[in-house]
Amino acid sequence: MEQREESFRAADAIRAQGERFEGTGAEMVVEGLLREGADSVFGHPGGAILPVYDALHGAPIHHYLMRHEQGAAHAADGFARASGRVGVCIATSGPGATNLVTGLANAHMDSVGIVALTGQVGLALLGSDAFQEADTVGMTMPVVKHSYLVRQTGDIPRVLHEAFHIAGTGRRGPVLVDLPKNLTAGRGEALWPHGQPHVRGYRSEPPRPTDSELERAVEAIAEAKRPLLMVGGGASKAGAQDEVLALAGALGCPVISTLMGLGTVPTTHPGYLGMMGMHGTPIANVATTQTDLLIGIGVRFDDRVTGALARFAPQARVLHIEIDRAEVGKNIPAHIALVGDVRQVLRRLLPMLQGQDVRHPWLPEIDTEMRPDAESPFGYPRERFTDGRISGPQTVEALSAATRGKAIVVTDVGQHQMWAAQHYAFERPGQFITSGGLGTMGFGLPAAIGAQVGRPKETVLLLTGDGSFQMTLQELATVRSYDLPIKIVIFNNANLGMVRQWQEMFHGERYSYSALWNPDFCKLAEAYGIPALRATQSDEVDGLLRRAVDTPGPVLVDVRQVADENCWPIVPAGKALDEMIVRPSGRA
Amino acid sequence: MRHTLGALVENHFGVLARVAGLFSRRGFNIESLTVGPTDDASMSRMTIVVDGDERMRDQMVSQMGKLIDVLEVQALDPQATVSREIALVKVRATPERRSEVMQIADVFRGQVVDVGKESLMVEITGDDRKINALLEVLAEYGIIEIARTGVVTLTRGPAALTVPNTDPAQVPPA
Repeated sequence: MEQREESFRAADAIRAQGERFEGTGAEMVVEGLLREGADSVFGHPGGAILPVYDALHGAPIHHYLMRHEQGAAHAADGFARASGRVGVCIATSGPGATNLVTGLANAHMDSVGIVALTGQVGLALLGSDAFQEADTVGMTMPVVKHSYLVRQTGDIPRVLHEAFHIAGTGRRGPVLVDLPKNLTAGRGEALWPHGQPHVRGYRSEPPRPTDSELERAVEAIAEAKRPLLMVGGGASKAGAQDEVLALAGALGCPVISTLMGLGTVPTTHPGYLGMMGMHGTPIANVATTQTDLLIGIGVRFDDRVTGALARFAPQARVLHIEIDRAEVGKNIPAHIALVGDVRQVLRRLLPMLQGQDVRHPWLPEIDTEMRPDAESPFGYPRERFTDGRISGPQTVEALSAATRGKAIVVTDVGQHQMWAAQHYAFERPGQFITSGGLGTMGFGLPAAIGAQVGRPKETVLLLTGDGSFQMTLQELATVRSYDLPIKIVIFNNANLGMVRQWQEMFHGERYSYSALWNPDFCKLAEAYGIPALRATQSDEVDGLLRRAVDTPGPVLVDVRQVADENCWPIVPAGKALDEMIVRPSGRA
Repeated sequence: MRHTLGALVENHFGVLARVAGLFSRRGFNIESLTVGPTDDASMSRMTIVVDGDERMRDQMVSQMGKLIDVLEVQALDPQATVSREIALVKVRATPERRSEVMQIADVFRGQVVDVGKESLMVEITGDDRKINALLEVLAEYGIIEIARTGVVTLTRGPAALTVPNTDPAQVPPA
């Protein structure tokens, strides 16, 4: 015990050897951003955060002025997902902070590391219902990984250092730092923290499964006849593509992906059966009902992925490989859990499989009409109109071809999102940026801005719907003012398409407030100084989208879609995965 | 089933809100939650009594463990712990019935801490079965009001909740 305390003290002493820093709190914020390598941040100024903006003036940081704080949070999120770094957003107190909440919740649900800096009224006014005061820490508690209300100017360097560390390690997530104005405006001094911070209630090193847990996993794999790899967002976040593919190779078994996992297993991988879940491929969903060992890698068994929980993977033992212990057994009981960094766990597991009889190739048994073939590699019904109208899947396939499957694909939420997930030929992790957990309409455009800033040399495609786009379209001004070469493709069916589909299928065709009057999106883009194209006939889609992709700078394409096209297949909410409706008879 | 969680948490503002918020938003049913200082001024100790099955108990422990202000949390084994609660009970007691109530309090090793013309206040310490038993008896006289502290629990023997060493400078990398 004494020895331990002594080593605690020694570690503290090492950390305390930081340099002395004197200045305003706002200068500490900017210095902290620079030291954390946050050279690109997204924000919107306002009263309580003005001292920070004053310090940003002339600082060597690219600050992207967004047109709404929600946009700043989504941009930080898109930046983090595209670059693998921690994203930063900045907002003022009160309404600035409340506008961030959707973006924080979105990043929290999808485990994205961002740091949100918010202004707060001065400490003397705190709790007095002052102008633009809101209890930011209180109202964001359920949607952040951690948060701070800074109480002393001299704490700012330590708090920022901890915030970046917590946001960017372990299971990532948003961290909020609330900065009272008198602290950022006032002067103070601090020792600048060095090295990895020690937050005693936070274990940044993920746990390690024991050898015997790994041995049990090997036994289960050896005993299985029909193992199935289910790859989730945790696999790509851990950078475990090579290890996942090595495991798939060793087992020779089929592989399926969740929405968040898309890209980790290239679409062309021979064992890949496609995406599972509510809008998954028939063969991927059927595979879950036939496997006897489901190996979940970086997954949390969300309801959109499992369908009816009680009938999910009914014949399978579950081997759950996951960084967050709280996800084990939360929705699906795990027979064997390997809790730890997915990549590290697989790196220990793979050599243990050598020399074992673990190769178990198999294919799910499935009705002929749902079986993949050359025409339909994942067994999706082909949605093609013969009368010249444009279908959603056709549009995605044209985009996939125009970008040779290499673009960073950002989506909004709805039918177009599911079509993007189904029909774009992803080939690498981190390529698909979508609001999976929260399902945030309006995520797309600001997230695409963040993604383009994080990956300036890559083609960023935004696939959006006419409904989603109108939730954050003011960010077109941001796109234009920084000349970000995003290719915006609106799947315009003058409807909230997914809502309309549910109303058709589950609400007796009562179309309650799902039809949209829309502005002329091309004129709108032109008003923002962004060139625009429109596709109305299916034979012009390929050429037009290729032209858009090849145009330098930002472009908006208004693709006129069929109002009542549905997204197939669908597992109705509450049904089991093998109760999918592939396509109802009698309609396209 | 009832479970008791013991936790060491950072002693600063907002920690109680984080824990209480976590339990309510995940639908965990708290029967009692107590928090108080420890011998280390930087930490508080919480005892949380919750209702749920074993899977829920494990969820509560692992979800709570993710809160950065929670330094350590464990489900405590009911067979190996001592639990205590204090209740103050104000009972209707006219001078004629006063001695009866005092005798009852005595049987339960309670203390009479206030006497008025028409009421008595009894202080009792024990586990909740003992307190509930006293309340049942006193109900016949008419209970005016009750204040209970909620349960505090410690493990028997030398074992204790301690803060695990999470210092990256000392924990070997995985």
